[in-house]
Amino acid sequence: MALRDASGPYFGEFGGRFVPESLVAALDELTSAYTEARADPSFRAELERLGASYTGRPSIITEVPRFAEHAGGARVILKREDLNHTGSHKINNVLGQALLTRRIGKQRVIAETGAGQHGVATATAAALLGMDCVIYMGEVDTQRQALNVARMRLLGAEVIPVTTGSRTLKDAINEAMRDWVTNVATTNYIFGTVAGPHPFPAMVRDFQKIIGEEAREQVLDLTGRLPDAVAACVGGGSNAIGIFDAFLDDEAVALYGFEAAGEGADTPRHAATISRGRPGILHGSRTYVLQDADGQTIESHSISAGLDYPGVGPEHSWLADIGRASYVPVTDAAAMDAFRLLARTEGIIPAIESAHALAGTIELGRSLGPEATILVSLSGRGDKDMETASAWFKLVDEP
Amino acid sequence: MTGASAGPGSVAAAIDAKKATGGALIGYLPVGFPTLSSSIDAAVAIAENGVDVIELGLPYSDPVMDGPVIQKATQRALAGGFRLAHAFEAVREIKARVPVPIVLMTYWNPVLQYGVDRFADDLDAAGGSGIITPDLIPDDAEEWIRASDRTGLDRIFLAAPSSSAQRLRMISHDSRGFVYAVSTMGITGARADVDAAARGLVSRLRDAGSERACVGLGISTAAQVREVLDYADGAIVGSALVSALDSGGVPEVARAASALALGTRLI
Repeated sequence: MALRDASGPYFGEFGGRFVPESLVAALDELTSAYTEARADPSFRAELERLGASYTGRPSIITEVPRFAEHAGGARVILKREDLNHTGSHKINNVLGQALLTRRIGKQRVIAETGAGQHGVATATAAALLGMDCVIYMGEVDTQRQALNVARMRLLGAEVIPVTTGSRTLKDAINEAMRDWVTNVATTNYIFGTVAGPHPFPAMVRDFQKIIGEEAREQVLDLTGRLPDAVAACVGGGSNAIGIFDAFLDDEAVALYGFEAAGEGADTPRHAATISRGRPGILHGSRTYVLQDADGQTIESHSISAGLDYPGVGPEHSWLADIGRASYVPVTDAAAMDAFRLLARTEGIIPAIESAHALAGTIELGRSLGPEATILVSLSGRGDKDMETASAWFKLVDEP
Repeated sequence: MTGASAGPGSVAAAIDAKKATGGALIGYLPVGFPTLSSSIDAAVAIAENGVDVIELGLPYSDPVMDGPVIQKATQRALAGGFRLAHAFEAVREIKARVPVPIVLMTYWNPVLQYGVDRFADDLDAAGGSGIITPDLIPDDAEEWIRASDRTGLDRIFLAAPSSSAQRLRMISHDSRGFVYAVSTMGITGARADVDAAARGLVSRLRDAGSERACVGLGISTAAQVREVLDYADGAIVGSALVSALDSGGVPEVARAASALALGTRLI
């Protein structure tokens, strides 16, 4: 079987549905609605129409030679998901799930968000399709990302700060699940990444795999051959699986997922789930988890809110275990250096999440050498990160 | 069904013993709240005041089925240093003091990390009767089904108003001890009205072959216990007991259990 054909509920020993029975009917409904929708030409046409007329698909690729001089002279090509409407790859998945919500006949959507990108994308889709929208966001994140809270409210969404647990993304997911258990008859949960219970890992991947499908053709057109390596950052892992998927069965193409090592993968403050975690259960899925000996989830840390998650999508856990993809930690400091380097050499300010992939690419290019071509998922733009960057690089003069 | 899980001292026997006089009261308290020793005293106190089966909750970092009252209590237990091994210590000590069956309520990851077989063996050795699994459905429970068959521990799966007839048959077939019927779509916590959906669900569970159906979520008064026992075999109370323990310590949770137990007697 081709690796691309894996469709859940299990990817090897990872995945499944570790959820309250109250959610099973909704997950079954979602699975069958999705199975019908993906086979329905009118659903696909509508999604393609929105991609072309609203998101801005296909996103372009950009070769970055001045940046590549720092990466051993390898050819580095960026897939520009940062140019999508709302500023990241998140919109690809959200539009798919929002159309599915309408197909199921529900009028209310909920979502979790960490940095706010998925929340903004969901609020955007809800505004576009005229749905009620509630976003759960950890209280800590609402403070770190106040502008995104304002964006979501402007778009008509209700933003509920979550005050339980560590008051970050993982607790926002718990609270969204509690809402869904209670309001499942009227509400669809638009999950933001390739984690969670089946069908989310497979469904979100399918809505994101357009990234790799487009990029594979674009790189072939530009260079006449497949890239030697494909690189992406991995939090939950949706942009990574999105760009990996089209290459899964191209054995000569190496796949690299760069995880957030925070202050260092050997310190207690990181989010390097595959590198430093072990298999367990989080948010309805069996996958790698940062946890203590008793199976209590450990709080993660990353300068990038979008990678600050102690779990990871089960398909990534599987790809790591079978050796198809490599997962490598990248520190806050290395990511911030790459963030500034891309800005200065190419005039592109990436999201700090994506800067982890760029930092990994610098090392990768140096080891692969100048003959190699590396395709990198530039999953989002850095506007949202200017406050963090200003503090890190002291960009604003003290008054 | 094996003798071990249906014989004297079992959960099934405790529930069946109350069938003729009204029904059973199942009381939930978390281990380690407010401290390990007080949580043990509190569990003993509710058993001495009319609770027929003790449900001991294991604190977990990501409790998606729990409402604010229980979340707050279990977070405090974790902050206070709760470790998984305390669960077996608590079961052993409570069993030494009161002759009431004890089931654990635990999210699945702690069991998985401890080792499913090892967890089953240690729970069995401590004198526990089984496990309620809020985030483990029979579909993904193969390892636990084997371990519980081997040890004779009860497997208590949840059933929801939204569960299909086919799922209710699977849940009834795979559960032992009783089926935990979720009274409403939602999470734990007191509610003014226990949903009419519970009555329908229990009736559907009986059609699906379930011998014992106990109703939980939202039950906080003796009147609600009585209402539920009109059609179910047991009423499960959690948040109301935890609130009592939080506000007035062991004496208050004993009084709360005693008041709730009035609902289990035929008028």
